[in-house]
Amino acid sequence: MDLEKFKVHGGVLIYGAMVSIALATLAIIIGLTVFKKWGYLWREWLTTVDHKRIGVMYILAALLMLFRGGIDALMMRLQTAAPEMKFLDAQHYNEVFTTHGLIMILFMAMPFIIGLMNVIVPLQIGARDVAFPRLNAVSFWLFFFGAMLLNISFVIGGSPDAGWSAYFPLASIEFSPTVGNNYYSLALQISGIGTMLTGVNFIVTILKMRAPGMKLMRMPMFTWSVLITNVIIVFAFPVLTIALALMMFDRLFGSQFFTMANGGMDMLWANLFWVWGHPEVYIVILPAFGIYSDIISTFSKKNLYGYTSMVASMVIISLLSFLVWAHHFYTMGQGVMVNSFFSITTMAIAVPTGVKIFNWLFTLRKGRITFTTPMLYTLAFIPIFTIGGVTGVMLAMASADYQYHNTMFLVAHFHYVLIPGAVFAVIAGFHYWFPKVFGFRLNERLGKHAFWWIIISFNVAFFPLFILGLMGMTRRMYTYSAETGFGPLNMVSFAGALGLAIGFVILVYNIYWSTRYMPRDTTGDPWDARTLEWATNSPIPAYNFAVVPTVTDRDAFWVSKQENIPLFKDQIKKIHMPSNTGKPFILGVIFFFFGFFMVFSMWVPAIVSGVGILITLCAMSFDRDHGFYIPEKEIIATEKKLRGETV
Amino acid sequence: MKIDASKPLEYSTEENSNKIFGFWVFLGAEIALFATLFTVYFVLVDRFASGPNGSELFEIGPVLLETFLLLTSSFTIGLAIHAMRHGYKKAMMFFFGITLLMGLGFLAIEITEFFTYVHEGATLQTSAFLSSLFVLLGTHGAHVTFGFLWGTAILIQIKRHGINPATANKSFIFSLYWHFLDVVWIFIFSYVYLKGLM
Repeated sequence: MDLEKFKVHGGVLIYGAMVSIALATLAIIIGLTVFKKWGYLWREWLTTVDHKRIGVMYILAALLMLFRGGIDALMMRLQTAAPEMKFLDAQHYNEVFTTHGLIMILFMAMPFIIGLMNVIVPLQIGARDVAFPRLNAVSFWLFFFGAMLLNISFVIGGSPDAGWSAYFPLASIEFSPTVGNNYYSLALQISGIGTMLTGVNFIVTILKMRAPGMKLMRMPMFTWSVLITNVIIVFAFPVLTIALALMMFDRLFGSQFFTMANGGMDMLWANLFWVWGHPEVYIVILPAFGIYSDIISTFSKKNLYGYTSMVASMVIISLLSFLVWAHHFYTMGQGVMVNSFFSITTMAIAVPTGVKIFNWLFTLRKGRITFTTPMLYTLAFIPIFTIGGVTGVMLAMASADYQYHNTMFLVAHFHYVLIPGAVFAVIAGFHYWFPKVFGFRLNERLGKHAFWWIIISFNVAFFPLFILGLMGMTRRMYTYSAETGFGPLNMVSFAGALGLAIGFVILVYNIYWSTRYMPRDTTGDPWDARTLEWATNSPIPAYNFAVVPTVTDRDAFWVSKQENIPLFKDQIKKIHMPSNTGKPFILGVIFFFFGFFMVFSMWVPAIVSGVGILITLCAMSFDRDHGFYIPEKEIIATEKKLRGETV
Repeated sequence: MKIDASKPLEYSTEENSNKIFGFWVFLGAEIALFATLFTVYFVLVDRFASGPNGSELFEIGPVLLETFLLLTSSFTIGLAIHAMRHGYKKAMMFFFGITLLMGLGFLAIEITEFFTYVHEGATLQTSAFLSSLFVLLGTHGAHVTFGFLWGTAILIQIKRHGINPATANKSFIFSLYWHFLDVVWIFIFSYVYLKGLM
């Protein structure tokens, strides 16, 4: 076999990455062995089907990917900080901006949001678990191993280098001969299947497993946003599945979908990609809207203003999200009529989004606002996101877009939308729900330090890019000459990027510090909050609720606290639980190898692992495990212990 | 597990009815998947470059046979579910088995067709039209293949454990899947073959 194709030549940075991956792996293995944690890891985490643990694993993976993607960002900003920098070469820069985009959207924002929805949604609707716990584990492991497959590309064979949108013909085998874009088509495919299954799982969970009395229009706004998001996932992800499959056929089997000869059509890729890609933006932003809605109403001590219009505007956004894709390529010659149509639909999205902004402002009005860390992120989100939204309307005008297209103005715009719209939201949600999962709050002082670093540095890093874009600096340019005058503002932006890195380091330090020193919360409701997840104990027992709550109103928990209406009316009875299983993890591992062998066109091992996948699925079908019961006594003891009483 | 005797076996527990609803949602995703493939096919259908086009390539005979087999198998899986609801294990297994055999027959003809196309010089690499044709038919065929394996696994479980809420649920979901593949085939038959032959 030709070993040459596995090697990556790229100097110190690549070898550094290889060494650090090897050392980290070794450290983990030694650590697990020394502390005798292999059994614990397998029993409690790798085989778990508990939605809370799966959610925590999603969030851990997302934090790891945040740092991987963040280092990519720092490298890019360093390379462009001054004219004629020699830090990265053109090829390496291409790989870095490609993986930065892929990782941040698909392997950071998405799993962070899916992690939060895993932890919180079943609790918010008063359910004991998601509808299909084992399928949930399958989803997670497919996502995880898809992410790992993309990450090893950096050191084995080379990363994708045609941009996160991988436009053809650039991404074809002719112009991107390395295996990089093979990784793209397979890693995204594997994790995409996982995401699609998550979509099915949560639609069923939310529609069929709500506690008695929890009508659709009584659901917390986060749950509403997750429901709508999952509908988008179920209808958008199959398009990605097909796009990636066609890409794989073009690159591995010589088909002619996106080629320049034999009738292929390169623009077909751009259309398919963005038919998925634009809804994808709303897949990460709608849940963020839900998180903010819950946080704003909790910390303003008011119910959400315009609940119905909030739901309606999310539904409208989800429909419009499928009708705007061509605004990503106004300049690629589809003519005036088409551009006008997409221009109008794009601008129309600003209307429901504006409704939501005003609803949040009206919720704040005359509220008793407490400035906790999650609330600070939420308050910062509103103006910053509005800048992102307004520049979005500028870009939506097709004729004006000829000026902005593919400049740093666009880069600034989507960072102004996605960072407040998704990243601040998941950080806010992380701080807000952290005490629910772990039983203690994150330190407020450190949290606020991190907040100010992140907010200020974000603007320092990205506002200059608007100006650079208008000056004519295009995106994805690995260097520029001093005469362009782009230097100083790029340097400012680099300083901002460093500040962001400091902010995130403080955030992680806060997790460590709080784990050691923060006092434990025995109330289960540290924020005096409104929705059902706060009605159970923290940390959440495996069965979620000892007794299934009965809901009489919106903000059910708040109403029960105010008016002394009991939420839990039934007696404690034994609870049925699903058993753990190792098969989803094994399935993920086999998928990983299948993907890897496909990337390198190693057909025999690929077929063998493909058969392995079928055998694992078959084994899952023959599984006759019907779960187990937690006896009454054990539930009563757990409940007492979590409330700090002696058993 | 609470069993509600007023409902058919496949719906009788909460888990069962959730699974059936979940599968309908999954079929929604499958519709989006095949809709995308059909769109790709319609975009590329006239771009046959130097290769053959549909009217030069397609022959109605084998396609009619495929259609006959698949449509009939949709009927027999319906009979299998009917037998299942009456608790007739043997009849159910008989119709289920017939369904799978017809699926196998369909696959045999489809694979022969593919070999004929390739033999005539119409390969995946020849033109965009042929790429989209092979991937559209191939995706449907892969679904049928997967269905055959899945159905076999269910059939073995029925043989071992009889008709109970779990196997009834699986069989019912399988029947939904099988009907869905039939619907997709009707579109392929009409819009790929009949339209291509015109």
